[in-house]
Amino acid sequence: MKHKTPALAATVIVVAALLAAGCGSMPSSEQLDQQAIAVIKGSFRAQGIATMDRLQQDQGQAACSSAQAPSEAIARQIQDNALASVKWPAGGQYLGDWREGEKLAQNGRGMTWTDAAGSANGGSCYNCHQIGKAELSYGTIGPSLYNYGKLRGVADPASPTSAAIVQYTWGKLWNSKAYAACSNMPRFGHAGLLTEAQIRDVMALLLDPKSPVNQ
Amino acid sequence: MSAWRREGLRVALALALAGVSATAAAQGKSAADGIAEYRKMLEDGNPADLFEAKGESLWTTKRGPKNASLEACDLGKGPGVVKGAFVELPRWFADTQRVQDLESRLLTCMETLQGLKAAEIAATPFGRGEQANMEALAAYVSAASRGQRMNLPQAHLQEKVMYEVGKRAFYFRGGPMDFACATCHGEPGKRVRLQDLPDLTKNPGDGIGFAAWPAYRVSSGELWSMQRRLNDCYRQQRFPYPGYASDVTIALGVYMGVNAKGAESIAPAIKR
Repeated sequence: MKHKTPALAATVIVVAALLAAGCGSMPSSEQLDQQAIAVIKGSFRAQGIATMDRLQQDQGQAACSSAQAPSEAIARQIQDNALASVKWPAGGQYLGDWREGEKLAQNGRGMTWTDAAGSANGGSCYNCHQIGKAELSYGTIGPSLYNYGKLRGVADPASPTSAAIVQYTWGKLWNSKAYAACSNMPRFGHAGLLTEAQIRDVMALLLDPKSPVNQ
Repeated sequence: MSAWRREGLRVALALALAGVSATAAAQGKSAADGIAEYRKMLEDGNPADLFEAKGESLWTTKRGPKNASLEACDLGKGPGVVKGAFVELPRWFADTQRVQDLESRLLTCMETLQGLKAAEIAATPFGRGEQANMEALAAYVSAASRGQRMNLPQAHLQEKVMYEVGKRAFYFRGGPMDFACATCHGEPGKRVRLQDLPDLTKNPGDGIGFAAWPAYRVSSGELWSMQRRLNDCYRQQRFPYPGYASDVTIALGVYMGVNAKGAESIAPAIKR
């Protein structure tokens, strides 16, 4: 194949020249994909904790980067991999303190180039979800989570009848893509945005019958 | 205007906005209704006027190593034509062989006509030095098209290519939170907290989204151009730092601007 390289390079130059002159034809969809990646990589620089590796997409990010959803087979693969990545809580302890969970849900800070390295992240939950009834400033990108546990019949989160929804909720918080390949929600556990203890607190906010969410 | 008076104006505006929001909430109106009402109240008192006046003065003042004004600058409709230029940007420019948005084109004119260094200006933090002048110039040029409808050209091949690149950039997911522009701006009727989010995959309506920037931001007392708006979007997306007037920002401008075809430009607008 090596002997073909100069010819290929010459073709690329000719195509580029035609494009610059405005008399070429529209590149193929695949060529545009490549051009977009080149433009993106060439347009950003690292700043503070926001380093260039953040532009390196994993399989799921790449598959969910267009208006078209990935094929069912790809989506299934992403979900299976995501579910397999979920780290289940030590000692089967799923719930923490809902008061701490509410603080995390309110806190939208962290991970930007203006945040200091090692600074604690919030969960940004209210940015996209209604949660506690008292907070009127909530977003609507995600579904309302008001009465989350109550609506799902969680009277005692430790009981076997609650196990399925408790585990699902942990999995959703740890890696949202386990149940929807292109979910808009961040992967809080998988991406290291929240610690296991913090996820327990958010779990309590949603599932503890004493949490204001379930009143 | 003194710093104190500026501060006083900011506080007054913030209070006016809070008042309108409270009224809107009490009457069961949406945040959008409240903001529309607020904009109407301030139609004759948008502080963007001050930036616009500064920009006009900068446009006609001889500056830089070449001691020249920007009056011969070609923003796409011929040298010196400012009116109507904004609603057709970004577009292809034969002299630079590039698709350029308002800010990148201003940089070209500042370099070629005035002898200022475009790369140095692009590397200057927002609000400082020549970047403060860029904001004023963006306010001036956009104001000259206020009330006109977005009408970006798509005749040149590179304009079409940049639309397609911009579309791909819009949907590009990355960073620790898996966010793309589309995460927040890909569907109609969504909010982050109480902030309404325009659906930028289509025309979101008159004076909304691409047709509302540059804008004066009451919360910070600053005039933000589209470049700064995009910069802060990417910050909140947890992406690395987009270069000022970089190709990804220009491509996104083409994508949003072409999608907004027919939307009335209200720039420079006023925002919370």
